[in-house]
This record gives sequence, C-alpha cells and structure tokens, in this order.
Amino acid sequence: MRKKNQSSLSNKYWLMAISAICCILMILSLVSSFAATPFKEIANITVIPMQKGINQMGMFLSDFTSNFETLQSVKAENKALQEKLDILTIENNNLQQEKYELDRLQELYKLDQNYSDYKKIGAHVISKDPGNWFSTFTIDKGSADGIKVDQNVMAGSGLVGIVTSTSTHWATVRSIIDDSSNVSAMVLSSSDRCMVRGDLSLMTDGKIQFEQLENNDNVVPVGEQIVTSYISDKYLQGILIGYVNEINVDSSNLTRSGYITPAVDFRNLQEVLVITTTKADLKEADNSDTTGE
Amino acid sequence: MKRKAVSAVILVVCFLLQCTLFNLLSLGSIKPNLLLILTSAFGFSRGHKDGMVIGFFSGLLIDIQFGEILGFYALIYTIIGFANGFFKQIYYDDDVKLPLLLIAGSEAVYGIIIYVFQFLLRGEFHFVRYLEQIIVPELLYTLVISLALYPFILFVNRRFDAKEKRSASKFV
Repeated sequence: MRKKNQSSLSNKYWLMAISAICCILMILSLVSSFAATPFKEIANITVIPMQKGINQMGMFLSDFTSNFETLQSVKAENKALQEKLDILTIENNNLQQEKYELDRLQELYKLDQNYSDYKKIGAHVISKDPGNWFSTFTIDKGSADGIKVDQNVMAGSGLVGIVTSTSTHWATVRSIIDDSSNVSAMVLSSSDRCMVRGDLSLMTDGKIQFEQLENNDNVVPVGEQIVTSYISDKYLQGILIGYVNEINVDSSNLTRSGYITPAVDFRNLQEVLVITTTKADLKEADNSDTTGE
Repeated sequence: MKRKAVSAVILVVCFLLQCTLFNLLSLGSIKPNLLLILTSAFGFSRGHKDGMVIGFFSGLLIDIQFGEILGFYALIYTIIGFANGFFKQIYYDDDVKLPLLLIAGSEAVYGIIIYVFQFLLRGEFHFVRYLEQIIVPELLYTLVISLALYPFILFVNRRFDAKEKRSASKFV
C-alpha cells in the first residue's frame, strides 16, 4: 500500500517537472526565437532526413503511376495545351508590344521596379502539420540554402504563404489558407485594397475570405484577380492570390467582402518556389537610395 | 531498455506517418491523430509515467517542426498522457470499449483545448462550427484508425510484459 502511494507521489512530481519544462520552454521561446534552435538542429539530423526520404519515395511512386497514363489522355492533353499555347502566343505578342511602350514610359518616369523578376529557389514540401487546425508545412531547404524568415512562397503563379521559421536544412511555411494568416491585398484592375484572411471553416471548400474592400463605384466582377498589395510589409507587391468567387456588400454598406478561389491547389502541393527577396530588403534598398541622393 | 527503444521507434514512425502519408489519407481535409492515440494508449495501459513521457515527446516533435511556441503541444500531450494514467486500475487489455472511450475522450479534450487557446483567445466564437467541422470528424476518424493501431500497441506491450515476467521468474 505504502509503495503504491509513493509511486503516485513520484508521478505527480514527474507531471510537475515536465509541465515546468514545458512552461520554461514556452517562456524562453516567447522571449527569444533562438530558444528553439538546438531542438531544430536535433530535428535536422533525425526527423527531417527521414521525411525527405519518405517524400522522395512518394514522388517516385507517383511518377511511376503516372507513367501508366494512357497515350490517349496524353494526346488529348497535348491537343488542349497546343490550343492554349496558340492563344497565349498571340496574347504574348500583344503584351510584348505593350511592354516596350511601358518600358519607354517607365524610363520617362524613372520608375524601375519590375515585380516579376524576383529571384526564386525551388523546394519540395516534405511534411504537413500533423493536426487539422492549422495549415503549415515544412520544405526541404533551409538557412543554408538562403531561406530566411518572412520570405514569400509561391507555387506556379500563385501565392502560397510565408516562411515562419528556419533551420539549417528545413523551414516552416504558413500557408495563406491558415486561420491565423492575414494578407494585405488589392483588386488588380482598380487597386482597391482589402484583407485576405484564411478561415478554417472554409479550408475544406478550398476557399479563402476577403474583407474590408471599400464599397465604391468600382465594379469587382466574379473572376477578378486579387494580388498582394503595395502597402503590405511582409508580402511583395503583385503576387497573384486568387480569383474572386463571390462578393457581397456588408451590412454596414461601407465595405464589401466575399470569397476567393486561390490560384494554388493547396491539397496537392509538392513543389514550391521561395522568393529570396523580402519586402524588408526592398524597403531598405529604397531607403538607402533616397538617402544617397 | 529495449522497451524504451521500441516505444521511441513507434513514436517517431507515427509522427512521420502523421506528417507525410496521412495527408494522402485525409478525408475532407481531416486526418486522424496518431500521436494522440499513442499517448492515450500508453497512458491507460502503462500508467501515468509512460503516458506523460510519450505525450511529452510527441508534443515536442510537433512543437519543433510546426509550433509557434515551443512547449505548447508538449504540455497538452503530457497532461493527456497523465490523465489517461488514472484509468490503468480499471483497464483490462481484453476489453476494447474502455480504450476506445478513452481515446475518444482524449481527442475531444484535445480539440477543445486547441480551440480555446488558439481560436477562442483570438476572438473566434463559433464553437459549434469548429465542433462540427474539425473536432467531431477528427474524433471519428481517429477512432477508426485506433481500431487498427491500438491492437498493435497492445501486441507490443504484451510481448514485453511476457518477456519481463519470464526474465523475472528466472531469478526466482
């Protein structure tokens, strides 16, 4: 009997000790971001290589299965792509002409900012958040490859998210469909600003919410492009977020809100591109320019 | 010692499966929580201490790779592991109802804790919506998976128990 009491007492001490360790870790990581570094380094040599291995195996298997796609479907796809290519070529020619004009005008205005020429690093998604509450994932490139916190992450032509923490050979990315994500955005045609907010309850539908769009005369049709805005201090300007899916005037009559279909398929995310320039870098460059002159 | 090593391997394998393969098995973007099954099962079948230790390390793994604050998930899983330890006295390994009930209970408590600390405190008051969309589906899916995972944990534990008994009787 006495022995049993002792063991339950020691269990309580264990609970207290582990809880205390957890609390200390929480406080430390709140105070400085370096508290997690040793743990991340441990993960770097243990869990991460295994995840990379599993990921490679998965990619091999998916390649393997896609090899068995029938010739017919490939032919059909080829035809469709060919048609698309023709349309795009014509469009590209038009755009090229306009670009020359734009270049000339920009030169006149001494504007020299081209948002499409950011330098990017490709990375594989190796694992996703184990829970259902958040939407973060890990990529297989880290600070050793030039990844830094706050760098924007894209897939294809759309915005995926932002790097929230890095270690030597891996980094965590929070996607824009995550419930705690807020992106300052604008409507491409009218440059009206709005906030794009991830919402857990919309995650299953594959949509995200936008709100606080000014209720002015500018008509925003369904299908309109929403891009990152010029005032955001974390996201670079002009990255495509998605297309307007539904838009409603709020009950206050002052603002409009609605839903966006993201340009990126978040369910089948395999490869992403990390833009190595951050908004802070650009701002610094701007500041040094203006002070230099 | 061997038991510890095997437990650690099971833990790491579950974590890896959870972050990689189970993304493909998700139904309606809901996936089961293997680590919680593990923590809960170790808690009620092996007692407070094992539950706590397994819980602490599963939480820590999540914290390191995905958490914003280190130690948050570790604390939740530790407490869940400890709480499951209380049921060791009434637990028989032939009975499958109590384990399922405990795993379901742990899953519900876990969901509510996450909601309160990560969503309610940010001003998201639609509890019923989260209950319907995340907590209950995750609970059901976890229960289905635990029907497969729990017998495996039981099998491993039984083998080690038998071994320990044998080696103990050798000395007697």
